[in-house]
Amino acid sequence: MTTSQQKETYLDALLERGYSRRDFMKFVTFITAYMGLEHSMVSQVAKALETKKRIPVIWEHFQECTGCTESFIRSDHPIVADIILDSISLDYTDTLMAAAGHNAESAKQKSMKENYGKYILIVEGAVPTKDGGVYCTIAGRTAVDILKESAAGAAAIITFGSCSAYGGVQAAYPNPTGSVPVDAIIKDKPIIKVPGCPPISEVMTGVVIHYAVFGTIPELDSIGRPKQFYGKRVHDSCYRRPYFDAGLFAESYDSEEAKKGYCLYKLGCRGPVTYNACGFMEWNNGVSFPIKSGYPCIGCSENNFWDNGPFQERLVNISGFGIEATADKIGKVVLGVAAGGAALHAIATNVLKRKEIKESIESGMENEKHLNS
Amino acid sequence: MSSLVFKRVYVWELAVRFFHWITVGSMIVLIITGFIIADPPALNMHVEASNAYLFGYIRVIHFTAAYLVMAVALFRLYWAFAGNQFAHWSYFIPYSKKAIKNILHVIKSDILLLKDRNENLEDVSIGHNRLAAFSYFIMGLLFIFQAMTGLALLSQTSGWWFPKMFAWIVPLMGGEIHVRYWHHFLTWIFMTFIVIHVYLVLYHDYVEARGEVSSMISGFKFVRAERIKKDKETQKD
Repeated sequence: MTTSQQKETYLDALLERGYSRRDFMKFVTFITAYMGLEHSMVSQVAKALETKKRIPVIWEHFQECTGCTESFIRSDHPIVADIILDSISLDYTDTLMAAAGHNAESAKQKSMKENYGKYILIVEGAVPTKDGGVYCTIAGRTAVDILKESAAGAAAIITFGSCSAYGGVQAAYPNPTGSVPVDAIIKDKPIIKVPGCPPISEVMTGVVIHYAVFGTIPELDSIGRPKQFYGKRVHDSCYRRPYFDAGLFAESYDSEEAKKGYCLYKLGCRGPVTYNACGFMEWNNGVSFPIKSGYPCIGCSENNFWDNGPFQERLVNISGFGIEATADKIGKVVLGVAAGGAALHAIATNVLKRKEIKESIESGMENEKHLNS
Repeated sequence: MSSLVFKRVYVWELAVRFFHWITVGSMIVLIITGFIIADPPALNMHVEASNAYLFGYIRVIHFTAAYLVMAVALFRLYWAFAGNQFAHWSYFIPYSKKAIKNILHVIKSDILLLKDRNENLEDVSIGHNRLAAFSYFIMGLLFIFQAMTGLALLSQTSGWWFPKMFAWIVPLMGGEIHVRYWHHFLTWIFMTFIVIHVYLVLYHDYVEARGEVSSMISGFKFVRAERIKKDKETQKD
């Protein structure tokens, strides 16, 4: 990546790569719709991408599985991948860059220096903090160290995937490496969380384009996710919702009801407690999403979703009672103890209070004998 | 053997009885619909989805009953200031020496079923005993928690500002799945309360025979004549 590239606009870069202006306008229309903007905003988005200089991107990979990158490169519009991977001038990403070793590291250093205060930092993966952060090191440096250095000059941080947003699987109980999400370490930068395991490709692109076009971070919800993509529950945009309202539920995976496409609520579907765009954007060029494929949502865009298991049951387990116990198990014990206690108490009453009871019955019988009529 | 003389005392005003029975009805509806929502039975199989709205109706009934019980709870809160001494808010919080003494007596005499050697007539409560009153205070707090978690779960899809006021609870508790969990778990606590409460009402009626059960229908309880001031004795019972 050369510095001259960063003086180009997005349109310049695309024309240079052999796309036509028509391709560009198709992309603009598509991404405007995905960002949840009105159709009348298309011209504004086009203008911004025509005139604005491209924003450099540094993409760091820590404790992750590269699933987010995999999702990202399967975007359903060819320009989506190109505009980020090449045209937005992705200056550093372990997975996709051609350079390696010292060349790659020095390219990153150079880019960070030249674009100090201007670049977007994308983080994929959680950051281990235990034992001095030794559980994730790149080029001999710990993830904590690298993150702090990269974040220092970033204009904004976008966290791709649930790991960098909320800790993900490595932060799940018992979290052996002391993994934390990015916002546990970096406190002084705007952070846009794009969780999911992985997030939807068009959502990832949409967030980056939003920042590129408007220069501001999008409106976020209470746990840091852009509302335009995470504003709705999967349940409320689910095409199986009519079955839920009708009370038609699949009881098991191989049942007649499952084949008919009934609601997966009883199989532990997390759709009613999960905020994501799966229901209307879907995956892999809009082919499908888990529920459409017959498997309940596992709630992957929610905080600490790995600890909210088991995935195929409606009620989560809570640890800390020594045994894994659901609300129903604890509740039945509490209720049972109370009922048993009441029964024992009733017996004990008749024994220990026999004198009082006997006396009042006797006096009542006495009165009965002296009734007027 | 001399027979004891009892006088009728108006303990539970109409407002209190009204609150009690609306709450009973709502709680039964809420518990039944709540468990159906948590684990829906396969009642409605093999109809077309477009012809049915069963689960939708069950949820509507749950929400309606919830709003009803919240409304009467609010009314009861008002009555805690407007009502008689047995309905007054101060009766439910054991801050006085007298209240603590009564609680100790109730634990000794009615929970552990021991003979209280220093027993006197004052120990027999006219309204709630102070331990029961305190348990209703605790239940009131749990009810507030239950209502808040329920409203938080409703906040996202409701168009009304009132449930939306409780949306902040969701991130505080770590996501809707946890809010749902505690809302579900508290249902068991309420059911446990119902069992204990009904049992103890029956216990008091059985042992003391002062109209404990019927008092929540008529409003009257029977109190030993010695407890009523002498100059009032000429009144009609």
